[in-house]
This record gives sequence, C-alpha cells and structure tokens, in this order.
Amino acid sequence: MSDTTLTPAWNRRHLLGVSELSVDDVGLILDTAESFREVASRPIKKVPTLRGKTLLGLFFEPSTRTSSSFEIAAKRLSADWVNFSTASSSLKKGESLLDTARNLEAMSPDAVVVRHSQPGVPEMLAAQARCSVINAGDGARSHPTQALLDAFTIRREKGAIEGLKVAIVGDIEHSRVARSNVALLTRLGARVTLAGPLSMMPVQAHALGAEVATSVDEAVADKDVVMILRIQLERQHRGLFPSVREYFDLFALTADRLALAKSDAIVLHPGPINRGVEIASELADGPASVILDQVANGVAVRMAILYLLAGTGGDG
Amino acid sequence: MSLLLRGGRVVDPSQGLDGAFDVLVEGGLVSAVGQDLDVPAGTEVIDADGQVVTPGLIDIHVHLREPGQEYKETVETGTRAAAAGGFTAVACMANTDPVNDSPSVTEHILSQAARAGFARVYPVAAISKGLKGKELTEMGQLCAAGAVAFSDDGLPVESPELMRRALSYARHFGVPLVQHAQDLDLSGDGAMHEGEWSTKIGMPAIPAAAEDVMVARDIELVALTGGRYHVQHLSSRRSLDLIREAKARGLAVTCEVSPHHLLLTDQAVYESGLDPGFKMNPPLRSTADREALVAGLADGSIDAIATDHAPHHPDEKLVPFGEAPFGVVGLETAVGLCLDRLVRAGVIGLPKLIDLLSCRAAVIMGLAGGTLAPGSPADITVLDLEAEWTVAADHFESKSRNTPFGGWSGKGAPVMTIVGGERTQL
Repeated sequence: MSDTTLTPAWNRRHLLGVSELSVDDVGLILDTAESFREVASRPIKKVPTLRGKTLLGLFFEPSTRTSSSFEIAAKRLSADWVNFSTASSSLKKGESLLDTARNLEAMSPDAVVVRHSQPGVPEMLAAQARCSVINAGDGARSHPTQALLDAFTIRREKGAIEGLKVAIVGDIEHSRVARSNVALLTRLGARVTLAGPLSMMPVQAHALGAEVATSVDEAVADKDVVMILRIQLERQHRGLFPSVREYFDLFALTADRLALAKSDAIVLHPGPINRGVEIASELADGPASVILDQVANGVAVRMAILYLLAGTGGDG
Repeated sequence: MSLLLRGGRVVDPSQGLDGAFDVLVEGGLVSAVGQDLDVPAGTEVIDADGQVVTPGLIDIHVHLREPGQEYKETVETGTRAAAAGGFTAVACMANTDPVNDSPSVTEHILSQAARAGFARVYPVAAISKGLKGKELTEMGQLCAAGAVAFSDDGLPVESPELMRRALSYARHFGVPLVQHAQDLDLSGDGAMHEGEWSTKIGMPAIPAAAEDVMVARDIELVALTGGRYHVQHLSSRRSLDLIREAKARGLAVTCEVSPHHLLLTDQAVYESGLDPGFKMNPPLRSTADREALVAGLADGSIDAIATDHAPHHPDEKLVPFGEAPFGVVGLETAVGLCLDRLVRAGVIGLPKLIDLLSCRAAVIMGLAGGTLAPGSPADITVLDLEAEWTVAADHFESKSRNTPFGGWSGKGAPVMTIVGGERTQL
C-alpha cells in the first residue's frame, strides 16, 4: 500500500459494533479498503504492512467464509494468522471463556477476531484484553465487518449511501447482519425497510430505526438496494415458518418482485445463499447481483480494519 | 430475660399503630406495647428514640441453597444475610439438591436453621416430587415436618391437571400453592424481557405473555378448586391486572413483587453492558410494567415485597449474559432500597412498606409473626430512617455477590433485629 494518505483520525482500539463508529470513522475504513482493493489484482497479493503482527481468529461458532475472509486479509497484509476453532479447543474440556481468553492473551497477539453465539462476548474480551478485539459476529446482535463490507459494496455501486432506499428481507429476528446493516446504513443517511415472515420479525422492530413492511412486494418497491438474508432451514422445525415451498412463494426475491424495485437496483446477500429458497437462482447470477463483489470486497474491508486496528498504533 | 425498646416510633399496621411507644418483651414474646411502660426488674432497656420499631420483617421468597449447593449459600450464611438486612424470618424455596420434597429434607433445613439462629426459617416444600411436575409430594407429612407452603419455584407447574389437583389437595392443610408463573414454551431460551431492548441487542427474550398466560390459567384453576394461590415475583403489568380481577371475584389470590422489578427495567441490561448481575427470572421488564407494579403497591393489589434472594457463585456469573444462571441476591439490599426509593421518594408510606414486608407477608404464608400484638413472638426489626448506606457487595454476609445494585446509595437502613426476644448478634 503506497498510494494512501491516511489522516491520523483513527484512535479506536476495538471494533465491537457499528453504533460506536462515527460517520468519519466509517469513511476512513471504506477509503482505506478502497486502497487495499487493488492488492487482490496484483500477481503477488501481499503487502508488508502487518509483518511481525500476530492475529488470532477465535471462532467459537462455525464459520467458513468470515474466518477465511479474515485469514486471507491477514495474510495479504503479511500478518501471522492463527485460527483457534472450538472443535479442537479446550472449550470442549470445560474451560471458561475468560480463562481461554486469558491464556490466549498470554501469547501476546496484536488483535483477536472473535465470533460467538452469545451477544456481548466481544465486549467481555475487550474489557480484559490488552490487544485489539474485532467482532466477527456475536449472536444475533452485531456483525460490524459484514455491515461495513455491504456499505462498501453499495457505495462502489451507487456512489454514495446518503438518500438511498434499502430493503432487507428475511429472518430479521435472528439476524446480526440485519441489525448491523440497519444501524450503519441509517447512520450514513439511507432509509431502510424490513420485511420477512412476521413470525420472525422482532416485536418492536421499529426500535431498530427501520420501517417494517408486511409484504416483500411492499418492501422492495422503489428501492435502490435489496438485501436478502439467508434463511436457516432448521427454523422450519422450530415452527417459525411452514415450509421452503411457502417461504419461496411469499418471501423470496424473484424476478417479478425485483421488477418492483428501481430499474438499477442492486441485490446483496451475505451468503451462503440457498438457491430457490430465499432467492431465485437466476437472480443470484443475474446482472443486478453484487453477491460475489461483496465477497471480494469483504477481504479489502477486513484488510482495512486489521490495518487500522493492528497497524496504526491503535493501542492507546 | 426481658427487654424494653423505649420511645421508638412503633409502626405496626397489624394493629393500626404508628406512634411513640415502648415495647416490652418477656419470655420471648411481646408482652406489652404502650406509653411509659413500667420496667420490670432485670429488664434490659434499649433506647429506640429516633428509630422505628416494627414487627420483624419477613422475606417470603429466598433460596438458601442448602442442602446441595453450599458453595453458593448455606442456611447459616443466608440467615446471617437476612439478619444483616433487617429480616427476622425467611421462607426458603425447595429447589435444593436433593429437592425439599420429603420430610427429611425439611427437617434438615430446620435443624440447620436452629443451629444458626440468625433468623427463623420457614421451608417451602415442592409441589411435585423432584420438581418434575408429575406427582404430588406428600404434602401432609411435609406440613407436619414444618413446611409452610408449596412451590416448584424455579420451575412452574406446567400441567394444568397437576396444578388443579395440587390446589385442591393443599386445602386440607390451609397452606398456599405458590407459583413461579411462566409458560416454558413461551419463555424458551430467553434471557431477558422481550421488547425494545432485546430487539436492539438481538438477545433471545421472554415475553411478558409467558407470565400472563400462566397467571390467567391458574386463576381459573383457583376458581375451579377454591384453592389458595400466590404468585411469586410478579413482573408484568397485565399479570397484575389479572390479580386485581381475581381479587375482585373474591378468589384467594395474592402476589409478591421483588425490589429489582420495582426499581429497574430492561434498559438496565443494555446499559450495564450485558452484565449477568442483571439477569434474573422473570427478567427486568419494561418501563410500563415497572410503573404498573409501583402503582400496584400503593393501591393494595400487591400483597408483599419479597427478594427472590438467589445466590450464585461469582464464577457462574463470569460468563456471557445468555449463558449465566438466572438470579440476584436481595436480602441485604431490599430494606434500604425500599426505605429510600419507595418511602423517602413518596411512593408509599412507611406503614404500607411494613405491611408489605411483614404483616401481609406473614398472613400469606400463615406465619406467627408480622405483628407486635401482645402474646406474639418477639420478632422485631429496628430501622434508622436517617442511616446512610452504599451497597458494597464485597461486604455482604451472604456468600454471593450477584447484585444489580452495587454502588447504589441511599438513606434508611435496618439497625437491629430481634428474634424471639433475642438480639441477633452478627
């Protein structure tokens, strides 16, 4: 990275959620990501920025794409990445979360990337840790790097986020992606509408700062951006929706429904997609889809976050 | 050994007393309450001028954890906490290990209480064997051993059929069926109140309706059986409405609320940074619920304040909020909080508070205390309304520290407890 002039505005130690970020913070992350994006197109996809830094991936919940995205981001920055997954960890042996954290901290990592099924775990670790803590998803609460990569993708496609109309469709109640996106996109001046089965809509969804539509048609109409969430198929067995067939009929993004949005609307999905369940297969591959751009951009955004937190003396 | 409490403000709603009186104690009983009482020879005189003398306060909902979980609390440490907190008696719940579902466990608890001697202990035995909700316990033998009421607290009685039979059968003994009212399907894996804050946090949540549907069901079963029914730690506005309606129908229904539900809301969960010290069941509810409970104190629809003192080891609470056990301690904070935040704040008068913490509490559980009428056991609490306090969990007599009120301060505190005519010496 040679062509970036960073303002010294970054003074945060952790990335725990999006609501703690100012508009300027977000701008700095996205601008930094922009400059890292071109690294992926180099023949040698590596810069020396974080050489000698140790980054620890602490995934207490299964994750393939987020942990891989972080790992690639770390390695492109020349950091040493160590993945601590629960399958092989002492958590299986009954060690408490805080004891695990203390042990790992004793190995002096520069940053810890944590994913956990319980809301608030990143804050618990941050309260203990001397190093930076990055939230890679805590329960249904927050997934700040996903929201930042979504904002980055939208900004690249639309030029700006302020004034955009965004629909988020799916299982809102259990979605950290929805919560973080509503918080971030509304902070950046977008208007967000939520839709999905009302059996999976929080009772006070408006408290999130979004409008709530009772049908996907209504939610999608006249939108610049349509974000589709993955439906966890096992929720059917908990009685939250009746069948995949009916889910597709009533709540999936189809060509007919997308036609209600603006003609230049883009389609996002945090992945992994269930083709023919929450999104019609042809749309996932269609011209409006930016789903694979999200994946590519995810690496650049995570490079920016790792750089800003572990590489710029953000240990104040 | 006789004792005279001289010149205090005696507040005893059971007799309609609120004024400066002497209280004479002889042979473990109150022998007289009046002005300028003669002092028999050999009587120890305690100057109570400037202090408040009340019937001993009774916490009808505590967990002493013995037998089986002595690392959290014991009968001794729990009753020390009671005495330090101004309580002369506690009713302890049955969810010990083994469960208090047999006379031998009841007797064990009572023998430990007699050995400790810091407060009277009234065991509440289980409704169902092993708290499993399948078969009734031997209620007759349990009452004979000293049980004062029945509850599967920690768990509700889910089966409407078993609840019906329990309400009917308990009538033989004149004791209340005490319910942790919660529909477990609706509460699911919830960890906090379902509302604005759980929505923002993304925390699995417990709707107020989980309590309401169980209270509504039980009230119909009380109407069916003529049983006596008491709702523990009532937390929702709608449940309180249901209790009011049931009372208006003439049903034998009572309820208690906890100080934390009167003083905190689910917003505190968020503002604490998801501190498991704010996790209990039922959860801290909405502002509308809290305000309804406060109003219910004043209008008489709430019968008692009880702490649901639920000790847990610090290590058990050093986990993510969603994984932490439910429960907070309350014995050593309740009276000060109520004196400052309810009485001093003008929500209710002092006689009303003493009614809620002593007189009505005794009536609900059918206990001998709750009054200073001559001939009653000399269980007495002395309060100093000007004493300043700050909650310091590290100094609790309880073994556990899990309070949401750490650092709170206020005015008004218990300064002495007397059980059976003997000052409790800590």
